[in-house]
Amino acid sequence: MSPAHYIFLSVILFTIGAIGVLVRRNAIVIFMCIELMLNACNLAFVAFARMHGNLDGQVVAFFVMVVAAAEVVVGLAILMAIYRARRSASVDDASLLKY
Amino acid sequence: MSHMLAAGGGTNLDADYSVAFFWILAVVAVGAGIAMVCVKQAVHCALMLAVVMLCLAAMYAMQGAPFLAFVQVIVYTGAVLMLFLFVMMLIGVSSADSLVETIKGQRLFAGLAGIGLVALLIVGIGHAAIGSAPKPGALQQADNLTGLAKLIFTTYVFPFEVTAALLITAALGAMVLAHRERTSPKPTQRDVARRKIASGQVAPEPPPGVYALHDAVDMPALLPDGTTTERSVSRAMTQRDIDLRRDPRGEVSADLEAGAKVAPELQLSPGGATPRSIIRAPRGASDGRANVSGTPSAPANGGSEPE
Repeated sequence: MSPAHYIFLSVILFTIGAIGVLVRRNAIVIFMCIELMLNACNLAFVAFARMHGNLDGQVVAFFVMVVAAAEVVVGLAILMAIYRARRSASVDDASLLKY
Repeated sequence: MSHMLAAGGGTNLDADYSVAFFWILAVVAVGAGIAMVCVKQAVHCALMLAVVMLCLAAMYAMQGAPFLAFVQVIVYTGAVLMLFLFVMMLIGVSSADSLVETIKGQRLFAGLAGIGLVALLIVGIGHAAIGSAPKPGALQQADNLTGLAKLIFTTYVFPFEVTAALLITAALGAMVLAHRERTSPKPTQRDVARRKIASGQVAPEPPPGVYALHDAVDMPALLPDGTTTERSVSRAMTQRDIDLRRDPRGEVSADLEAGAKVAPELQLSPGGATPRSIIRAPRGASDGRANVSGTPSAPANGGSEPE
């Protein structure tokens, strides 16, 4: 399979994740959609690495995974703190700074 | 497996197989991704994300990145997704998304934005010159793992160190955010004992199960005064009955009816008012009956000793 196929697949997955972030209201689901977007980026990085015949793209994908893990840890802790204060995981309810 | 690891930059997968695998995995991944956005329950969403991640792991392996494939399975599907599921359990599995649009026309505009984004990206990438993959043997690196290790610890050693700092910061941040300040002093043993006495119930809660006819956790305990107590049954059992559209007290009422049938026979033993000979009489006839009527009479008789 040529790397272009993988890159187009990663574009489609990235768009699905972006639509999920825009549409869904549950904060956990939004986080999962962000994970989907990061995974799509990783797929593109790996495809580019194969296209160029070196491993730099794979190293970048590895760093993306590490950063994603850190992001999930802090994000879910923030979510827990918000849930403790508001008893809701919906992003509509965290509107204290709105007005 | 060692074959695949030693294959270096490319894979030793046959070209036809690689095409077939790609299309199968791509269809499954895109289908699971769309289902993830559409499905209502957050838990189902996480399972769909797991399907997408496993498909991507297989694709990494097909593209000569076996290390990333394993890291994807172990770190992403294993650790990150389990973390999601843990948090979901903490804040309630039933936290389903409301399907009401809070902003008018939000879904429509999100769909339009998605179509625009995918069109923009596909046109942009379609114009770019994407070369074909080089032949598997043409790569310099003999081994995927060795090549990655060399790159991480030479060229990318500074980002690698920064990553360590980032991980420590994230761990500290999670601890600070998840920590709850204690607003009241910790109750001592004396406080606990005092509260227990003041609550009026010193003994532990009665365990469930009506022992004469049933022995099950969904049967409420029979109190000394003949009534049942709902407190002895776990709330999960009541909720299960409601979920299965059963009457949570159905078995109990059947039991009480059976008890009402037995009651006239128990009337034969009203205690000290009855002559002792009547109570003792059935013992010779049938042992079972005598036990039923004899047992309650013993405390009613008070201090009278059996001969």
